[in-house]
Amino acid sequence: MTQYFNEMYEGDAVRDPYAGLESWIRSMPAELRQMKQAEAEALFRRIGITFAVYGEGGDPDRLIPFDMFPRVFAQDEWRKLDRGVKQRARALNAFLRDVYGRGEIVRAGRIPARLVYQNEAYEHAVSGFTPPRGIYSHIVGVDLVRTGPDEFFVLEDNCRTPSGVSYMLENREIMMRMFPQLFRENRIAPVDGYAELLRRTLASVAPEKCDRAPTIAILTPGHFNSAYYEHSFLADLMGVELVEAADLFVEGGFVWMRTTEGPKKLDVIYRRIDDAFLDPLCFRPDSMLGVPGLMDVYRSGGVTIASAPGAGVADDKAIYTFVPEMVRFYLGEEPILQNVPTWQCGKADDLKYVLDNLGELVVKEVHGSGGYGMLVGPKSTKDQIEAFRAKIEHDPDNYIAQPTLALSTTPTFVEEGIAPRHVDLRPYCLVGEQVSLVPGGLTRVALTEGSLVVNSSQGGGVKDTWVLAE
Amino acid sequence: MLSRTADNLFWIARYLERAETTARLLEVGARIALIPSAGHGYRSEWESLLHASGTADGFKAKYGDPVQRNIESYMFFDRDNPSSVVSCLERARENARIVRTALTGQVWDALNTAYQELRALERKPRSEIELTELTEWVVRQTAMVRGAMDSTLLRNDGYHFLNLGSALERADNTARLIDVKYFVLLPSVDLVGSELDNYQWQTLLRALSAHRAFHWAYGGEITAAKIADFLILNRQSPRSLIASAEAAMAHLDALGRIYHHSGPAQRRARAIVGDLAETRVSDIFNEGLHEFLTRFIREVGVVSSFVHDAYLSGEARCS
Repeated sequence: MTQYFNEMYEGDAVRDPYAGLESWIRSMPAELRQMKQAEAEALFRRIGITFAVYGEGGDPDRLIPFDMFPRVFAQDEWRKLDRGVKQRARALNAFLRDVYGRGEIVRAGRIPARLVYQNEAYEHAVSGFTPPRGIYSHIVGVDLVRTGPDEFFVLEDNCRTPSGVSYMLENREIMMRMFPQLFRENRIAPVDGYAELLRRTLASVAPEKCDRAPTIAILTPGHFNSAYYEHSFLADLMGVELVEAADLFVEGGFVWMRTTEGPKKLDVIYRRIDDAFLDPLCFRPDSMLGVPGLMDVYRSGGVTIASAPGAGVADDKAIYTFVPEMVRFYLGEEPILQNVPTWQCGKADDLKYVLDNLGELVVKEVHGSGGYGMLVGPKSTKDQIEAFRAKIEHDPDNYIAQPTLALSTTPTFVEEGIAPRHVDLRPYCLVGEQVSLVPGGLTRVALTEGSLVVNSSQGGGVKDTWVLAE
Repeated sequence: MLSRTADNLFWIARYLERAETTARLLEVGARIALIPSAGHGYRSEWESLLHASGTADGFKAKYGDPVQRNIESYMFFDRDNPSSVVSCLERARENARIVRTALTGQVWDALNTAYQELRALERKPRSEIELTELTEWVVRQTAMVRGAMDSTLLRNDGYHFLNLGSALERADNTARLIDVKYFVLLPSVDLVGSELDNYQWQTLLRALSAHRAFHWAYGGEITAAKIADFLILNRQSPRSLIASAEAAMAHLDALGRIYHHSGPAQRRARAIVGDLAETRVSDIFNEGLHEFLTRFIREVGVVSSFVHDAYLSGEARCS
């Protein structure tokens, strides 16, 4: 039986960061808890924060379950995460700058050229172009798991458009509304500066040709997108327009928004759509979507696109293995956060090991996301494992494998009371003139007993994440 | 403001107004159907509703003969009918979801609540719901949304686009409601001024929730001329054509002030109001009520298309 690290209890003793929560739990009989839970749900539904899962049909206004039991980090625990995440964000950006420039890391033989230049996410269309301040990924979401008091691992990096930050903000809002007492008694670092930090980050990467306070907008695929709520929420908090491709056009070397007062010039686009849908002239001639000519404006310094087209090559699961190497190569530092050991099924030796040990490993598709198309060996039946074996053998390049990590647990409200459930963490690092990180992030929790899959599309929930101030 | 956002706001208000009109039309139909039909050779009163709402062809293709039950379903619940209450409320809510941040929480709440209740209504067996229950529900819901808009929204350009949508749709819709009279009575000129004629006029007043108001404003005998005056030319009557046209003009002028620019939409709205101000009831009956209303509806359509070109299409290049 695997031992899981419980973030609140060491045996019967309560770990320091959680000391302030003990009396709170005792003051919450089951009836009160249910009432509060219902209240929280009503609040979420009211503000309209919902999540639609692609391809599942059903209620498009489904809520992600919110667990009221907060997840807590002590200041010294957080300091390490803060340094580690920022270090990683800087290294990933240095890598992107390099591979769209001279490619030193490839020439030095530290990363195979094939993995970079033949990567689906590598955009040849922007090779040789350096965006403002040399920043490609302005919002880096780093997915972390914990296995012990001092053991944190990076599960994956998200350099394109990591989602979920609206939950970080709304979860806090709702906790503060429902339990003001908790916030008076505990010194909890605020996260509500995120939107302003994001705005400043985006403003700091305004294009060369912009000679005034930059106009910023969020580019959304539209209201059918499952993250549309987040797009409109962030636009509202930052006080910027939320645009769709059809609201934009290119003329005279600039990008313009169609407004009721005529065209308005746009300088920085925080896009929440994939590269492929940015500009049909550049990426997908068959597509009706996107803004024709956008990439020409981008390459001539008329507009900044965040994240930069092509940033995805840094968060590919095959590139992931090399991030510690990037830290050493570009920053001359030792990585503060460790990678999870990873086997590439494309390599013969690794493949053999993976196939021999399927029952103990987690296997993922290289380009998969959202917890789809993965195998959690120890939690799967023999038939599921054999079915997956066939898939790997059919296309080994498409899979990587990792040991099944003993994800830490935190107390969580469940039907029977309070029980430990597995969690992960996604902090959102902002990279502009400065590299910044608000003290907090999105904690996802696997609500099903024993489950290690925290994805909201697979029945995961979310928690408020506290960092205790000094 | 983004043209698309303005367009969404404009249409939220139009769909709401249209949902309310459809409900009011149903109310008129139900009441007219309660009095004995005036013999053969007349168009069915129910059919006249379909003509007034411009959905006769769609209905015929789907159901054939105008049977009351089917008309009720078609006008209230049918998603194939773009003017049905369900279609309108659903689109109003979807438009609102898209521009959530341009609305207050209260407005969204009111709209979203209406939508959730509507879905519950849809699940109920039809035999358990009275038509008046439905129509009253719609009028109540739209009033709540409008109240939330009026008491919580910032008075910026978005507010004026919303209200402009309401005003234009209401102008169009009141004209169509009055026009039901034309379709009902068309074949027989000798019924004009008869008992039946007056009864139908009164029903119209009721449908516009203006029965009492009318008495306050005019008193005495109810005549076609007085009612037409009340519904078309009286500024005190909140759904009258002139009140709606003036509201549209006021919101267009407000937009003109905010944007420091006026155009054909403002000029055309002003012309409509000017025209109405100089019209007398006798002029309308001389021209022919139906002809007058048709002309008015067309004029309102012209203003709408100017609004579209100037603000909503995003094609405007002037600033």
